[in-house]
Amino acid sequence: MSTLRLPDLCLVVLVGVSGSGKSTFAAQHFLRTEVVSSDFCRGLVSDDENDQSATKAAFDVLNYIVEQRLELGRLTVVDATNVQVEARKSLIDLARRHHVLAVAIVLDMPIDLCIARNGARVDRQFGPHVLRNQSSQLQRSLRRLKREGFHRVYHLTGEQEMAQVLVAREPVWNDRRNDHGPFDIIGDVHGCIDELVELLEVLGYCRAAGEDAYSHPEGRRVVFLGDLVDRGPGTPAVLRLAMQMVRHGSALCISGNHEVKLLRALQGTKVEVRHGLGESLEQLRAEPSSFSDEVAEFLDHLISHYVFDDGALVVAHAGLPASMHGRTSSAVRAFALYGDTSGESDEYGFPVRYPWAEDYRGSASVIYGHTPVKEPVWVNRTLCIDTGCVFGGSLTALRYPEREIVSVPAREVYYEPAKPLGVDPRKALGREPGVLDVGEVLGKHIIETRLRHTVTIREENSLAALEVMSRFAVDPRWLVYLPATMSPTATSAQSDLLESPEEAFAYYAKAGVAEVVCEEKHMGSRAVVVVFRDVGVGSHRFGFETSSNGMVYTRTGRSFFGEEDLGQRFLARVRAGIEAAGLWDELATEWLILDCELLPWSFKAEDLMRRQYAVVGAAAARSLGAEREVLEAVAARGMDVTRAIEQLNQRIGDVESFAKVYRHYGWPVGSLDDLQLAPFQILAGEGSVHALRDHAWHLDLIKRLPEADPATFRSTRTAFVTLGDRGSQERGYAWWEDLTREGCEGMVVKPTQVVHFGRDGLTQPALKVRGREYLRLVYGPEYTDPQHLARLRTRSLGRKRSLALREFSLGIEGLERFVTGEPLHRVHECAFGVLALESEEVDPRL
Amino acid sequence: MLLTITTTTSPATDLGFLLHKNPDSHFTATLSFGTAHVVYPEANHDRCTAALVVDVDPIALVRARQSSSGAELALSRYINDRPYSTSSLTSVALIKAFSTAMGGRCKERPELVNRPLSLEVKMPVVSCAQGEQLVRKLFEPLKYEVEIHPIALDERFTQWGESSLFAMTLRGEVVLAHLLSHLYVLLPVLDDEKHYWVGQEEVDKLLRQGQEWLASHPERDLIARRYLRYHHDLVDQALSRLFDDESEDSTNGEAEQSQETSVRLQSLAAQRRVAVREVLRSLGARKIVDLGCGEGRLIKELLSEQGIERVVGLDVAHRALKRASLHLQLETMTPRERSRVELLHGSVTYRDSRLVGFDAATAVEVIEHLDPTKLGAFESNVFGFARPTTVVVTTPNSDYNSLFSHLGEGEFRHPDHRFEWNRQEFDRWCRVVADSYGYSVVISGIGDEDVERGASSQMAVFSR
Repeated sequence: MSTLRLPDLCLVVLVGVSGSGKSTFAAQHFLRTEVVSSDFCRGLVSDDENDQSATKAAFDVLNYIVEQRLELGRLTVVDATNVQVEARKSLIDLARRHHVLAVAIVLDMPIDLCIARNGARVDRQFGPHVLRNQSSQLQRSLRRLKREGFHRVYHLTGEQEMAQVLVAREPVWNDRRNDHGPFDIIGDVHGCIDELVELLEVLGYCRAAGEDAYSHPEGRRVVFLGDLVDRGPGTPAVLRLAMQMVRHGSALCISGNHEVKLLRALQGTKVEVRHGLGESLEQLRAEPSSFSDEVAEFLDHLISHYVFDDGALVVAHAGLPASMHGRTSSAVRAFALYGDTSGESDEYGFPVRYPWAEDYRGSASVIYGHTPVKEPVWVNRTLCIDTGCVFGGSLTALRYPEREIVSVPAREVYYEPAKPLGVDPRKALGREPGVLDVGEVLGKHIIETRLRHTVTIREENSLAALEVMSRFAVDPRWLVYLPATMSPTATSAQSDLLESPEEAFAYYAKAGVAEVVCEEKHMGSRAVVVVFRDVGVGSHRFGFETSSNGMVYTRTGRSFFGEEDLGQRFLARVRAGIEAAGLWDELATEWLILDCELLPWSFKAEDLMRRQYAVVGAAAARSLGAEREVLEAVAARGMDVTRAIEQLNQRIGDVESFAKVYRHYGWPVGSLDDLQLAPFQILAGEGSVHALRDHAWHLDLIKRLPEADPATFRSTRTAFVTLGDRGSQERGYAWWEDLTREGCEGMVVKPTQVVHFGRDGLTQPALKVRGREYLRLVYGPEYTDPQHLARLRTRSLGRKRSLALREFSLGIEGLERFVTGEPLHRVHECAFGVLALESEEVDPRL
Repeated sequence: MLLTITTTTSPATDLGFLLHKNPDSHFTATLSFGTAHVVYPEANHDRCTAALVVDVDPIALVRARQSSSGAELALSRYINDRPYSTSSLTSVALIKAFSTAMGGRCKERPELVNRPLSLEVKMPVVSCAQGEQLVRKLFEPLKYEVEIHPIALDERFTQWGESSLFAMTLRGEVVLAHLLSHLYVLLPVLDDEKHYWVGQEEVDKLLRQGQEWLASHPERDLIARRYLRYHHDLVDQALSRLFDDESEDSTNGEAEQSQETSVRLQSLAAQRRVAVREVLRSLGARKIVDLGCGEGRLIKELLSEQGIERVVGLDVAHRALKRASLHLQLETMTPRERSRVELLHGSVTYRDSRLVGFDAATAVEVIEHLDPTKLGAFESNVFGFARPTTVVVTTPNSDYNSLFSHLGEGEFRHPDHRFEWNRQEFDRWCRVVADSYGYSVVISGIGDEDVERGASSQMAVFSR
């Protein structure tokens, strides 16, 4: 009994004349959905599986299905006669295009059997000449199949062999998904034996007693990224060490372009001896010739890339785009060995390499070497760790899954570089690392968030956000986070109020929250502050090379200070305050993102105050005053307008209160001393997202800022309320009343633990309870008129609340992605999403 | 909102007959947005004053607007001066309270209807962003003596200065019905807003209320434009109906004059398009993408060029693309013409594979709308990624700005401009970009050329 071995992912091409039993064979050995049959496709397009006039359309459909399946990485079986070379060629091309191996299974059945089977079918009446014709085409094909490009050809003759055969699937060479490491991935060694030994020792490898191979006491393994050889002083020693480790099982090795060339030289092929090959050959000549044979044997078995850790890690000497991970074709091998080259050469005679990493959008981390860089920098989940040891740089390893970089410096320059080392790989690529692709933000998008599963951004919302983002927002590299909108509390049960604390307390109590914190709501402008510990320090973390103190931006991502120098000077104060409060050291970071309110409101909103609030105040005072004069004259004529005058006096009082409220939030800003920052959350710093830590933690740290610099920082008054404790809730209520009576906007009520899941899922992270007077700025100067209030009380919060949760989840997601070093486009997606959601229509008074 | 009308023509109390409102009672009318009251603070033989008081219900106003003008959700709909200053709401209240008087009818004193009286109108709060000058231009030709006092925005913030509000008194010997029609038309014109949707019937209202005076008013064009909310077709219709029975040459002079200014204003934009077309034609570009295409004026011209196979317009504002689609009449194009043009929503600050493969890209007056910090993204997306054979960039020449009398020192030509470069700055940018991305560049001027300050616009043609 024979076994047909098929790679896990391949294109199986059945070859056999009509009636040879292809469909039956396919049904026995493959999933129904893995088989694409030409007859079935013919039926799809023409309602008749035997309509030969529909053959072209049917094969278009067949090819399309095959293409989609291969793209998704699914084994696919083509059930068609495939006796003609043209038919097979198009399938082989398809397989190549998707870097998938093609396997032919020839069902070579006696022609009479096929003719008999066809004759028995009522729906298909091919003349015997058709089958004979097919049969002779098949016979002619047999010898050439392997040459046509099939990876394997299985030839089954006769019914018996066909019936007994087994099909086994096996993983492809590069598939080590089940291998989870841990690994120490080492970049281009190029014969630098001393540095390699030193690096291995730093990494904790040693030679156990009686062993010649290095190994790690904790079972870690080395992955060599290729280019072990050439240029350096100790190619044979490096090879020996690597070969021992591979044999011992303490290392894996992939091939680099230098190994390929060395192998060809060792095998006797005439190659151009340059780029350090000469050194290797000379050094090898000093070794016994058996060693060269051993080396040739070793190199011959190196493959060009590996996929590890359930597909999360890919190693390839020169990198690999996502569409090639785990695939096999000569194109995959060429890319893995030489990178994204086009045949062009640069002024140093080196191949021009295209910046494939900039375009990389895969989910796997790709670790590669090949192109020496001064410092490894993650670009879209790719990392080049060739730090040019042989050119006097350093030898670098990446510890995986820890993602720590370990380097040892080169002891000397062993080989003069023909061209200068790239300072920053992104710069060498000649492209701004901040460049984003429009396809990643336009149209409908579904964003996975950790807190709330998925958030859907509808197309019409992304339309609006693209314009805001492009025309008004700061550089996307700053926009790690945009604050979420916040819902007000449900309408108060008290008839003369729209909002009061009871409803907020009740909401959280019902959700099962034990304690809330009430924070004074400052009336200023929302400001997200990105601040660095020192000029230039930390900015690289955001992808900038500027000497900047950071950035302050608004809730819609606009620069708070514009081009003004004032912003940088303000940030310098903020930075110094954080220093004085000891937070830099305590949080072990060189950058922080703070969520704040910046006061006064008039600094950013003076225009609004003038155009909207002052105009209304002035018009109302004049108009109502004049009306009162008229009514008083009417009264003097003896008509009874007492009630009307009373009403008017009430209105005049309301309008005066209105002006009092907005005036309270404005003061002229002549210098930095007039600005005040009220931080209420420390969103993130190096290595941690703080935004989900409980509010007591934040308040404790933040409290120290106004203590350190009371001129720059404004403190936020707070009160903790235990829900279910009537006394505590009453004290909370009274606290709010006191705050708002003196003109404060109101308060924000938050669950102390920040993230809370109740019966209905995620609980609102905050609810605002605004003061009765402040709400005049929102609902109109005279909204407290009972007639108006009665109608304003019906307001629907559902949409606002849903929006608040979606935006909150996106905000946190963006921070988490940024902190864990995800690529810009992944972080940007979240900020873009918040902006897009903000274009949803919601009552702006909420 | 308050407006008082006083007469000193005795017997002054005849005003009550003319207005059909008894000075000794309190008249009330319900309006869709509140209540109108008429009361008399004074009524004697020598002097009589009727006061129109409008109580605007802000909530009803919002709800009414919601149904008529769609959902424009801005807080300004809730916080505004509508209840307090004169506006189209006042006009509605006038016609509701004084329709008989406005129609020129009076049963009790028919002889008074067409007689000019000494009248005085006081309005404590009139809103007019264009200020006193416009108020005078509108009312003085109608023979009013105008007294006007600006209202401070806030006495607590004196640095804010005056508001767009005025206290205003008009005095004149005038027929009451005319006075009411003047107010009816001109208050919304001053305010430059309407609380309802303006349609065909507004033309009829304007002509009916203005029949006695609008045709001879020197500001009739402005009045028609603002009253009809700048709907060109309505304005044209109103003006042509207004002059139906007049000889043509009485208007010719002015029409020509205004046309002349508009020709001059348009010319720079048109000259720019001509210059860009010339460049593209001389290079034989067949596939062109217009970055920041706006309403598609350049696209339209390019489509008429022989040999151009494909024109793609890209804009970041979705609204602009909708207008472009209308302007180009995409819907009614023949299939062949339609296949030559495409409009894309996108942004030059994002990389976009749809922009690859063009002979030429144009960015006509686009870069100055980008934040300087985003120019880098523009450069790498256009010159580094899309890499058309030719890139044409035009931008204002700030050296030339001092020749624009309306521009102050350092002021930009458009409020959205983030920068305007002089020739040296543009030249420097062009060279850096050309060097970095392997293009050569030729810079020239577009428009009137001043010996010292150069041309109004500058154009760079990058080629590789």
